[in-house]
Amino acid sequence: MIEFNNIKKSFGDKVVLDGISHVMETGKTNLIIGTSGSGKTVLQKCLVGLLEPDAGEIKYDQVSFTEMNEEDRKLLRQNIGMLFQGSALFDSMTVEENVRFPLDMFTHDSIANKLHRVNEVLAKVNLTGSNKKFPAEISGGMKKRVGIARAIVLKPKYLFCDEPNSGLDPKTSMVIDQLIKDITIEYNITTVINTHDMNSVMEIGDNILYLVNGKKEWSGTSKDIIFSENKLLNEFIFASEFLQDAKQMRMYEAKGKSFPGK
Amino acid sequence: MNFLYHFGKYILMLKRMFSKPENAKLYWKEFMHQCADIGIGSLGIVTIISLFMGAVSAVQTAYQLVSPLIAKTTIAQIVRDTVILEFAPTLVCIVLAGVIGSKIASELGNMRVSEQIDALEIMGINTRTYLIMPKIAAALVTIPMMVILAMVLGIYGGRLAGAASNILSTDTYDRGLMENFMPYNITFALVKAYTFAFIISSIPAYFGYHVQGGALEIGRSSTKSVVVSCILILLADYMLAALLL
Repeated sequence: MIEFNNIKKSFGDKVVLDGISHVMETGKTNLIIGTSGSGKTVLQKCLVGLLEPDAGEIKYDQVSFTEMNEEDRKLLRQNIGMLFQGSALFDSMTVEENVRFPLDMFTHDSIANKLHRVNEVLAKVNLTGSNKKFPAEISGGMKKRVGIARAIVLKPKYLFCDEPNSGLDPKTSMVIDQLIKDITIEYNITTVINTHDMNSVMEIGDNILYLVNGKKEWSGTSKDIIFSENKLLNEFIFASEFLQDAKQMRMYEAKGKSFPGK
Repeated sequence: MNFLYHFGKYILMLKRMFSKPENAKLYWKEFMHQCADIGIGSLGIVTIISLFMGAVSAVQTAYQLVSPLIAKTTIAQIVRDTVILEFAPTLVCIVLAGVIGSKIASELGNMRVSEQIDALEIMGINTRTYLIMPKIAAALVTIPMMVILAMVLGIYGGRLAGAASNILSTDTYDRGLMENFMPYNITFALVKAYTFAFIISSIPAYFGYHVQGGALEIGRSSTKSVVVSCILILLADYMLAALLL
């Protein structure tokens, strides 16, 4: 569980995060959603310590991350996996070397054991047989899956994903979403995802935090969204006529009525 | 003010570079990789520059020494001292600032922009220690070696050019090399080589590590790092000469 209270962050005069508090639950896919510039990425970077918040407190399983020294943070980070928007794979390394890197750095296992673990996670993300390929030789979706494999190879307790579906086609996006969801349940980890993808929001949003101009505007589950009367949230999620119809349809279904259509 | 900001950030980067490696074996591997990259990768250009600077130096010195009262061995002495004192350490390091400096800045800049540095940080790795320290250490090991190689090749280039243009025979040249030799010159050249090696590796590392933006900024930081490194090399060259000679 990751809990944060009253997180504030400014860059010069620009207030990016304005007193955000929320709890990211274990075993659930926790989503941070909002328009571009709403502070999603900055919040996630504050949570993992890539940026220091100006005020507020972050706790990982009741332990204050904000008050930790650098050494303790380094230890905690070995329990954190992160999937970056651009995958952030090391160009000069093969898929296998990329995934093996955290094992080489932090474990003293035999090479055979490491390779076994690498193959295990590559199989989990459906990339068996891609060990010797370089990042430049694989597709965007495959890069994301290698990124996920690298993030989970050390069996982390917390998984952060920054826009995991950006630049991917709808079908691949669904595969990635389902993969993240499965991993979250199987390893019982706390997963935090920044996303713009409305399909992800509706399909895997166990716990959603909606930000507007650096403030918490709404929180709830994907089911709550359907019945939410929050104007800003509805404008953001159901921006198109198609999605508005979909919302109406879901509402009718929930009430056991058939959708009359237009 | 801007200078002080960057200077402070540069010092902090160097300070934070010193931390216990997470896995010594992997750091050693990275150090060896950098040694090969910086050292072997620059051997070709160093060889060519050194041979030609020695050759040109011999021919031009002979052109200026027109008096029959000056022994021909003086040409070899001048070539030797010029190459050891100035050409090998300074000229070679200025060229290396372009070759190695731009490579370090663009490599780190690309890693920063593509979030690879963030990925390492998230894993709990001190990126300054893992990415910058091996580069500086490798430069401090390989660049003085290349400067020594440049001295040898430069002097040999002068010998070749002297014989090829009938300025002086190889025997006369060799005799000239032995006359009035001051071993301190080698020490001085090595002090310069270590100083320049540190500049060549740490300044581009600073510019590359702190890139913000995209591909355009990587190019800009790479150019900036080479320019700043060259200026600092020349400044350090003068200061060392004033202090140590």
